[in-house]
Amino acid sequence: MKLISRFGRFAPLVLAFLLILSGCNTNSSALNPVGKNAKMQADLMLLSLGIMLLVILAVMVIFFYVIIRFRKRKDDDSIPEQVEGNTKLEIIWTVIPIILIIIIAIPTVYQVFVLADDRPSASEIDKENAIRIKVTAHQYWWQFEYPDLGIQTATDLYVPTGKKVYVELTSKDVIHSFWVPTLFGKQDANPGLVNRMWFEVPKEGVYLGQCAELCGASHALMDFSVVALSPDKFEAWKKEMKKGADEPKTAEAKQGRKIFKQQCLRCHAIGKNGGNVGPNLAAYGERTMISGILEYNKKNLKNWILNAPKYKADILMPSFSDGSGAKLTEQQADALAEYLMQQKTGIELPQQ
Amino acid sequence: MDWITTVDHKKIGILYLMSGFLFFLFGGIEAILIRVQLAVPENDFLSGEIYNQIVTMHGTTMIFLAVMPAIFGLMNAIVPLQIGARDVAFPFMNAVSFWMFFFGGVLLNCSWFLGGAPAAGWTAYAPLSDIYEGLGMDFYVLGLQIAGAGTLMGGINFLVTIVNMRAPGLTWMRLPMFTWSIFITSVLILFAFPALTIGLFLLFFDRLFGGNFFDPSAGGNPIIWEHIFWIFGHPEVYILILPAFGILSDVISQHSRKRIFGYTSMVLALVLIGFLAFMVWAHHMFTVGLGPVANSVFAIMTMAIAIPTGVKIFNWLFTLWGGQIRFTTANLFALGFIPTFVMGGTTGVMLAVVTADFQFHDSYFVVAHFHYVIVGGLVFGLFAGIYHWWPKIFGRFLNETIGKWNFWLFFIGFHLTFFPQHFLGLMGMPRRNFTYPAELGWGDMNFISSIGAAFMGVATILFTWNIVVTSIKGEKAKGDAWYGDGRTLEWSISSPAPEYNFAQTPLVKEFDAFWAEKRNGNDRVTPAEPLGEIHMPNNSIIPIIMSFGAFIAGFGFIFSAENKSSLFVAAFGLAIMFGSMLVHSLYDDHGHHLIPDELKQKESKRKGAEA
Ligand code: HEM
Ligand SMILES: [Cu+2]
Repeated sequence: MKLISRFGRFAPLVLAFLLILSGCNTNSSALNPVGKNAKMQADLMLLSLGIMLLVILAVMVIFFYVIIRFRKRKDDDSIPEQVEGNTKLEIIWTVIPIILIIIIAIPTVYQVFVLADDRPSASEIDKENAIRIKVTAHQYWWQFEYPDLGIQTATDLYVPTGKKVYVELTSKDVIHSFWVPTLFGKQDANPGLVNRMWFEVPKEGVYLGQCAELCGASHALMDFSVVALSPDKFEAWKKEMKKGADEPKTAEAKQGRKIFKQQCLRCHAIGKNGGNVGPNLAAYGERTMISGILEYNKKNLKNWILNAPKYKADILMPSFSDGSGAKLTEQQADALAEYLMQQKTGIELPQQ
Repeated sequence: MDWITTVDHKKIGILYLMSGFLFFLFGGIEAILIRVQLAVPENDFLSGEIYNQIVTMHGTTMIFLAVMPAIFGLMNAIVPLQIGARDVAFPFMNAVSFWMFFFGGVLLNCSWFLGGAPAAGWTAYAPLSDIYEGLGMDFYVLGLQIAGAGTLMGGINFLVTIVNMRAPGLTWMRLPMFTWSIFITSVLILFAFPALTIGLFLLFFDRLFGGNFFDPSAGGNPIIWEHIFWIFGHPEVYILILPAFGILSDVISQHSRKRIFGYTSMVLALVLIGFLAFMVWAHHMFTVGLGPVANSVFAIMTMAIAIPTGVKIFNWLFTLWGGQIRFTTANLFALGFIPTFVMGGTTGVMLAVVTADFQFHDSYFVVAHFHYVIVGGLVFGLFAGIYHWWPKIFGRFLNETIGKWNFWLFFIGFHLTFFPQHFLGLMGMPRRNFTYPAELGWGDMNFISSIGAAFMGVATILFTWNIVVTSIKGEKAKGDAWYGDGRTLEWSISSPAPEYNFAQTPLVKEFDAFWAEKRNGNDRVTPAEPLGEIHMPNNSIIPIIMSFGAFIAGFGFIFSAENKSSLFVAAFGLAIMFGSMLVHSLYDDHGHHLIPDELKQKESKRKGAEA
């Protein structure tokens, strides 16, 4: 009975396994690779998984054979032969793993070096085949600078499709880790040090990313997106971004701009002017999510402005409703939200 | 009173087992809280801050305060018996080791009531642990420093014991596998724990006296902490698993009535794994940015560990081959270990594939991996060892019926909990996240995982129940408790062992000495000496006072960042500690002798009771 239930236990697992490998195509899954790096990484994941499944299978077969065949029978009280060992067998199960490991090690080392090609050549940049981005992690948001273009974004990272994106990664405070499972595996963002990596996105889309190193109370909320645009759209977006803040179009938005200048500018910039304690809010009207975690709409934006620490504990942004920052009314917060939502480049965003 | 002054390795072993189990329950409650929070997406049962504290304490407690002492418990209770010794080399120091560990653990847990537990993960990466976290981190630093000192002393003690105190004829290549594994473990402790001690000292200076070792804003380098931590931390995981290997070898061989297959290669594999354990620490740091050369070298070293590990697995399988396998609870846990550990080991090889590890690292895939090796490996191994040696330690069996429920619930619960986590990791779920959005489809598998945790919780309650019931009316055990199949020296004396262990030191003529004697028709191992006076150490109250001094000093230092005058408390604590050392050094204690007559009497009474 017990033995049967032992066998049975594995059937659903194997089933679940196949189901999941084939079916789980969520936007955060490393098994659904889109980017060049993620595809290479997935190849190695599957190669090593395949070999390891063989090993598991071999062990399981011997294991179940042994525990069924050699269980103690009631009537048998003989003393089993006390075997000391068997050199031939022992050599076999030393050599076979060595071979398997070599099979895994060679492509591993090869790929390590391919993925480590981490500095753009001058001609790549000149010919605009590549783009450089400086990523700075903060508790609990991501800052993106384009040193060759003179623009900045936060939380949404815009990149052109089909071009190599070279990343310089660092952190302002603690260690974070930069990870978009469908595009590339993670790299740590270390304070005081710079890490380099590259990635490439073949098709338009919005790809979810997240911090992967425990960085404090709101670590789980440190999400971001990579927005990949076709090279043409990216050109247009870049031009719009260089123009700086958009003029408010309505009275409410005008009021919003005024409050923004008084309350927000010391930490946030829109385009070039303003502080950089918090994220740059350029083109905020096109953000995919509020602070990477809330659905993008005016109500959520207003609530965020009034009460940011309620959504992300331990952040630098004060609450504007309980007096830790200046006190804003609901109407003022609405005006601010309206002002921000009018900041647009007008580029059509790809579907999520 | 006897329990707090004892220097007897068997009692100290029991103290270790009991306090380890107590902390295991704490860590288990923390685990359940984690699984409740993650059972459904966007849960607000715990806040991020509290969650981080619980996760940190879960990891720290389980590793340092639950499984380490459980290992120390078994090695104290069993190793001297396996090598035919009367005690460890330094019985007094042994007691100090225990009390240091115990007070270190208590100190760490006091943080819950004094401003919050540490929250930077059990790995305590700087600068988060260094300048961003509160008082809890000071409890982490000092609690582990004190507990770690105890562990280091214990390691040294067992090294000396195994080198010097083996019975005549018990050559290295006749040592039981469990003793071998403890020997290698002790070597690892000797070389690994000083790294932790130094790392904690640096962190201590950073936090309390404004040092800048790990603070990048003042020119420090946080990566140094990662290196120091893992130079300790990787050998540490082998410190944990090697004893399980040893337990497994003994349990499987005895409960299938066969000699361990390939003894020499088993020993070589242990030595090799122990050596490689120091060569692979950077595989925890593939994403740190060490560069392609370092990453490749560490990847290959890591993969190499799979080779001796594989040798062990196949040797176990072929120990079972041709044997008569009894499905005792001890053996069930040992058998459950094999497939489970193989899965943990193979995911380990996958993790060593550096670029794939960029995806796996710090995701639930890693959580699954290390629970497969630590729970599916070590904890299964500990359960096997505890069910196996319980009669030897306490003189009574644990109940086998409850034991089998315990095993199946734990085994099924374990796989339910951790198998789905492999997929969660591949689907992009990072570890140490207190919440996750509903849209990503992680909800179902997290829910299954939480149900599995409940199973394991029930299994643990059953185990507790088993201890309680059998301590009241458990079946009494003979010396050679398990079907008379005992192979090693500990089974040749009564259960529980008398305080002097062996009335006469045994003479070992072969591997599996007791088994061999039985095959030759003897009912006991040939003695190496005539019955004589036995020299025994005296009990002492000093170890507990000394460790209590360290405990007070710990408090003093922890609060000194807030209030300099608490340094006086620290000084007071240190005075107690060094004062007790002084007293111990100045006051000659020659121990006492058990005289032969009394001894003979005891022996004959014991024989009478057994017959
Ligand atoms: C075949 C043997 C093994 C191999 C090849 C292996 C490999 C690895 C690798 C490469 C990692 C790093 C994963 C990452 O964070 O990216 C890792 C993590 C870990 N391993 Fe193993 N491992 C093996 C066995 C063990 C054993 C025996 C134990 C303990 C009993 C263990 C405990 C751990 C722990 C605790 C971690 C996670 C540490 C952390 O990040 O908190 N491993 N292992
Ligand atoms: Cu972070």
